Amino acid sequence: MYKKNECVAMLLAGGQGSRLGVLTKNIAKPAVPYGGKYRIIDFPLSNCVNSGITTVGVLTQYQPLELNDYIGNGQPWDLDRVNGGVHILSPYQQIKGTAWYKGTANAIYQNMAFIERYDPEYVMVLSGDHIYKMDYAKMLAYHKEKNADCTIAMLEVPWEEASRFGLMIVNDDGSIAEFEEKPKNPRSNKASMGVYTFTWSKLKAYLTADEADESSSNDFGKNVIPAMHEAGERMFAYAFDGYWKDVGTIESLWEANLDLLNPKVDLDLSDDDWRIYPNAPIATPHFITNKADVQNSMIADGCVVAGKVDYSILFANVDVDEGATVEYSIVMPGAKVKAGAVVRYAIVAENAVIGENAKVGESPENFPDRENWGVAVVASGVNVAPKTVVLPKQMLDSE
Amino acid sequence: MNINNVLGIIFSNSYDSALPELTGVRTMGSVPFGGRYRLIDFALSNMVNSGISKVGVITKSNYRSLMDHIGAGKAWDLARKRDGLFLLPPFSAAGTEGVFRNRFEALRGNLDFITRSKEEFVVLCDSHVVCNLDFNDILNAHIENDADITIGYTTGIAPDLEDLTALTMDDTGRITGTSLCRCGENVSYSLHIYVIRKALLERLINEGISSPVPVDLERNLIRGNVNNLKLFGFACEGFVRSLDSLQTYYDVSMELLNLENRNALFNPKRPIYTKLRDDMPAIYSPGCRVNGSLVAEGCKIEGEVENSILFHRVTIAKGAVIKNSIIMQDTYVGENVNLDCVITDKRVVIKPDKTLSGAPNFPLFIGRGIVI
Repeated sequence: MYKKNECVAMLLAGGQGSRLGVLTKNIAKPAVPYGGKYRIIDFPLSNCVNSGITTVGVLTQYQPLELNDYIGNGQPWDLDRVNGGVHILSPYQQIKGTAWYKGTANAIYQNMAFIERYDPEYVMVLSGDHIYKMDYAKMLAYHKEKNADCTIAMLEVPWEEASRFGLMIVNDDGSIAEFEEKPKNPRSNKASMGVYTFTWSKLKAYLTADEADESSSNDFGKNVIPAMHEAGERMFAYAFDGYWKDVGTIESLWEANLDLLNPKVDLDLSDDDWRIYPNAPIATPHFITNKADVQNSMIADGCVVAGKVDYSILFANVDVDEGATVEYSIVMPGAKVKAGAVVRYAIVAENAVIGENAKVGESPENFPDRENWGVAVVASGVNVAPKTVVLPKQMLDSE
Repeated sequence: MNINNVLGIIFSNSYDSALPELTGVRTMGSVPFGGRYRLIDFALSNMVNSGISKVGVITKSNYRSLMDHIGAGKAWDLARKRDGLFLLPPFSAAGTEGVFRNRFEALRGNLDFITRSKEEFVVLCDSHVVCNLDFNDILNAHIENDADITIGYTTGIAPDLEDLTALTMDDTGRITGTSLCRCGENVSYSLHIYVIRKALLERLINEGISSPVPVDLERNLIRGNVNNLKLFGFACEGFVRSLDSLQTYYDVSMELLNLENRNALFNPKRPIYTKLRDDMPAIYSPGCRVNGSLVAEGCKIEGEVENSILFHRVTIAKGAVIKNSIIMQDTYVGENVNLDCVITDKRVVIKPDKTLSGAPNFPLFIGRGIVI
């Protein structure tokens, strides 16, 4: 017997994040490290808990091992509950055969039994790909106030970037007049954040219909939302104006990390009233030696810094040896930067070793071929031999 | 030999009086140490890392902060259905009055807990010792020597602690003589780490109960039994320090600023566990200068920090200069403040432009929550 829950959250965490290249070779995108001690999925999970939503289904499919380990029983987010809590929902074998999640809508459809046992009035569908702090309870209140069937969180983006997003044209009462998917000439700059609130009875009907339609690609954005809109259901946009970032590419991941060092960026991770909870390993406070020079950076537990670190983020247990330089870079847990090595404009993934006097990345000013400049990436566990040069935009993997 | 066959008992309040500044509002076990830890973390982690899965923590007074810190024992993997952590609040056995006066009476009050435990051996230790030890080594020696009681000791200048036992041993490690330590003496002194068979411990407690005079653990059970029992010493190697005063607390803390000591005490193969605070990583602002320091997460540094320890969520504002100091969690140091050889307890606020300094042999202590 399960207790009734007014709202259940379904977190889509099955994405491969192929544009993150070697960083997501062995892990799903929501498990990608962010911000010195977090992973992307900490944001939606912490948002859920902080919003009072304590029944969360996490839909995984691509490389789920590390993500499953990471979420565990949900204890770091206080989601190890007698009633509800976090549940990892992977595709499973059924009597009529085995079915991978065909699309985002199908993933929810296949787990309707999970939702039903809590007999919710509302279901939130979230994505595990974004960095933002948002009170879902306020959105739910808005959804109820508007007596909506579907509410979509939206954010005003700069006009010049609008054509990269799914856009909404919104009436004065907040209802959605029209959708535009990545249009060339945008008529709106109100972008969908990939955060949906549904009235469950409605969503259930549409998911069932969508599943029956063989031509459908079973995707929320492409199929379910347009179908609801066409049928004239009550669809509203919920305006959000905080920090929100899609970290789908190497550049955006790098940028989103360094945003934390920019005091003008509205993303405060030290806010006691809206904590983001990580599942971080225990480590000693970090040590800055007499030889070190640390400026404008973020440093996690367990690091030993003897070199120069400027405008960078060091995750737990990173060593920067004497004479090494790390600038404008993200160095993920357990990575080592050996003496004399220089890491600039780069992402060094977990447990990678940058050998002595190796050179990873370069600043755009010092790279003549500006067209081909980009953030350099060293994949997890890679041992960069001494004196090796890893060029900007290069992604170095072991094989 | 099966280490799961060992019961751990930790005295969280031992020698509270040695550190009155820090134990005024808490017990020895919950004294903050090393940037993020509490002293009991060492005893608890040593036990857990040695495979002990049942630990009783004896408390006496001021243990609210201790309970807050250890909770259900989750951080040490001791929140278990079977065994795990047992918080043992003061419990007076029938026939005694009031709260226990010493460690023997504490054990006597918890005789029921000991008796009902199924483990064959008991490891007892205190909270005033900072160390990273594998208790299996002591247990193995204990079994090999067929000892009755094995006592962990270290050799050096005796700390200034009341009723501390100095040991003399023969070549086999058997204790042949004991005496009371005199402060400043170079001796082998007890670290209050004991390994004993549970049955023998029960017997000794029961004998003590029937004694007409008050019994004390170290005086009667150890020093009084040199000739009756097979007592062995075990030399505890590595970074092992007994805290006996605020001065020692300061000196031992400063020793952690030596990378070798830090790595020895926080050996990653035997991690020291502690309660998680979920603070964000430390932020170093443009123009800050930090050297030779241990910095915990949640700190925001705009000023200068040298040869110091910053606990969680310490803020060092612009122009402030912190040297040779220990700044505990949630302390705010305002602009242009100068601190040298200062220890601040939790949540201290030092308003702008103040200068405070102690000396290396006399650190200035600022109590919890004080606003200057």
